[in-house]
Amino acid sequence: MKGEKTKRLDPKEIMERIATASRPMVAGVEEKDVEHWVTIYIMGRGYRVPADLTILTAIEYAGYKFIRGCGCRQGFCGACSTVYRKKGEYKLQTAMACQTRVEDGMYLVQIPFTPAEKAPYDIGKEEYNVNVFFKYYPEVARCVSCNTCTKACPQDLEVMDYVQAAIKGDFEAVANESFDCIQCGLCALRCPSEIVQYNVAQLGRRMYGRYSSPEPEHLLTRIKEIKEGKFNKDMDKITSLSREELEKLYAERERETD
Amino acid sequence: MAEAKYIEGYPEYMYKLIDKVHKTRQKRKDYIPPAMSMEEREETLKLHPDYVAGGKRKISIGQNKGDFGTNPVVDLLEAYPLVEEGEVDIKKVDYSVDIMVIGGGLAGTTACIWANEQGISKDKILLVNKLRHGDANSIMAEGGTQAADREVDSIQRHYLDTMGGGHFTNKPDVLRALVEDAPFIIYWLHELGAIIDKEESGDFVEKWGGGTSIRRLHSCRDYTGLEEFRVIRDEFRSREIGCIEHYPAIELLTDGENRVTGALLYNLETGEYKIVEAKATILATGGFGRLHIRGFPTTNHYGATADGLVLAYRAGAKLRDVDTVQYHPTGAAYPVQIIGYLLTEKLRSSGAQPVNVDGEAFVFPLEPRDVEAAALIRECYVRGKGITTPVGIRGVWLDTPMIEVKNGKGYIEKAFPGMRRMFNRYDIDMTKDPVLVFPTLHYQNGGVETDPWGHSTLEGLWVAGEVSGGVHGKNRLMGNSTLDTMVFGRRAGMSAAKWVQSGKKGGKLTLEHLHRYVETLKKAGIKPQRRAPMLLPEYRGKAALARMIDIF
Repeated sequence: MKGEKTKRLDPKEIMERIATASRPMVAGVEEKDVEHWVTIYIMGRGYRVPADLTILTAIEYAGYKFIRGCGCRQGFCGACSTVYRKKGEYKLQTAMACQTRVEDGMYLVQIPFTPAEKAPYDIGKEEYNVNVFFKYYPEVARCVSCNTCTKACPQDLEVMDYVQAAIKGDFEAVANESFDCIQCGLCALRCPSEIVQYNVAQLGRRMYGRYSSPEPEHLLTRIKEIKEGKFNKDMDKITSLSREELEKLYAERERETD
Repeated sequence: MAEAKYIEGYPEYMYKLIDKVHKTRQKRKDYIPPAMSMEEREETLKLHPDYVAGGKRKISIGQNKGDFGTNPVVDLLEAYPLVEEGEVDIKKVDYSVDIMVIGGGLAGTTACIWANEQGISKDKILLVNKLRHGDANSIMAEGGTQAADREVDSIQRHYLDTMGGGHFTNKPDVLRALVEDAPFIIYWLHELGAIIDKEESGDFVEKWGGGTSIRRLHSCRDYTGLEEFRVIRDEFRSREIGCIEHYPAIELLTDGENRVTGALLYNLETGEYKIVEAKATILATGGFGRLHIRGFPTTNHYGATADGLVLAYRAGAKLRDVDTVQYHPTGAAYPVQIIGYLLTEKLRSSGAQPVNVDGEAFVFPLEPRDVEAAALIRECYVRGKGITTPVGIRGVWLDTPMIEVKNGKGYIEKAFPGMRRMFNRYDIDMTKDPVLVFPTLHYQNGGVETDPWGHSTLEGLWVAGEVSGGVHGKNRLMGNSTLDTMVFGRRAGMSAAKWVQSGKKGGKLTLEHLHRYVETLKKAGIKPQRRAPMLLPEYRGKAALARMIDIF
């Protein structure tokens, strides 16, 4: 690293350096550069893959082109739900393929789709009480508190706790406990009571977002001001300024103090 | 690797370097480098990939002939179609609708809801998705959504901040629509039941965004896009609007003149095609991160391959600003599994500082994104003050523990659950140690040109979200992309609905525009080796690809 300080790179060389360093992530690793390998079993068939990869990139390395089972690739969309068991272990585990490093001896299968009912409702017309859960998802009462959903959650959410909170009508707990849910469907597939936890949570969060706090007054005031045309004159003016005038105005802008 | 010693998720040599960050934290707490002057910005930008020679060339055919575009985009525009006129039977129509929306992220889904709200029946709207409904950049937006709703703020201030960030190249009428609708969009989200961060008083928590002059950013922890999208998709599903998945549009259909009349869809799994006839079409296909422009890794989702640009351009629509790309200053640079992933700007809004190998804060943390990104590149490659990872990637520290120094213990857990979880998976505790960052390809600044209602230069074609161009000019500000999707999704949905309701009939379905485009390609001497749209990037292992036989 010290040596590199002495050679002054021109901007084009810098771009090339960056591209070269990023190449394994962008265009895939070269076999010759891989030091450590593991063997994974994709739906039972073994493949030797670089140990640094995630389940997702390892499946690609093995030659699969994703159509299903791959979405954002960064842990937000819930498309790459995966179930696996490691050689010699009885335990069935769940993961998001894009968020989990491969390990030697993983037997894995992806579950890219969850057959589940989503109830239609108009959130503006519902009453803010526990009945809303039983009205749309009556099966929520079948929860046997086995905690299998919680164990299945790749986001480590306390799924059973929010289901229980829903049964009690505790909207705040449902919202907070389920907030990081990416709706991958693994909880619902594992549930012996056939509850679709993530849909229950979605209903609960929307109710909470809509009804738990007073109307945002300053926001309503601003919307009214816009409708009444309070800013029209200023907007007419600023949208007709020349580039030079805008630049001047921009440079003179004062930053709000913290 | 097995031999190397790891401490707290880092190789020993990297972990030792962190010591300097810890030691200088107290000093840096009260010292934030000043924001750059316009001259300093200009000087710094010389190292931004957009401004370094070799990244772009002139488009040789079509509406924007002679304009510059980045090489991978021009490659796609100067490519042959996947099917040609005569290869498919477009007379047999599979779906006949009033409004077809292509692309199911925030923009497309919002457009469907507002078209329905405007009076178009749920059965006469069709949402077409390349992947699943929601496999989009929208859900990965972390930081927030801008709206000038505080009393001390004004919409003209939002306008000016955005203009300056965009180097004064934004389209004024479209930008005006963005800032004027913003407060309404926040209220709409609230009405739908989105959980937006609030103070105990009930007012929204509003944060800084890079390049803004006032706190204006509304967030939902660090899952803003996810929360916004979940709620909007749930509303869409409650309305039971038509939706098909894994069925990308691979070409638009036109009446042979200047009007878009439908699309050719392709079932990614079975290979079967379908024909949609639509009175109005709304294009909301998102951006182009998966083109890996200039070789950068990306924050974008799997399907971000610029399909919409290709389809619209072939049909005759005009593009703008496709010569610029947004690189997010803080992509993850370590560990290797998450390189290029987004580390939200909100981390910096909350106090995290970029810090070099010597423990120095070297840049104001909230410059506009292009300036901030260029400053990080300079630190690593000109000043030689970066940190090199075991795979040869350079980056600087983002001092995340500073967030809790400024906001109190437990703040990261509460405000950044997604970030914390991601690093925890690799044994890194971002509340205790900094994380390593480097710019990553993030956003398509330009796109299909529109008017303030999202209408393109073609009859019957509206455009919304990242695929559109103009509102952000040549560099988008933080918090304006989720806003853009919902403002123009809504506007396009309403405007297309009104147009249909004015008594418009469907037009002739042809691929004549494609035929003409191919002729132009041939005349320009472009060889038929490239095909587009790309649909999906290629990440299969080289060894496996080398021995593949295509039988079925």
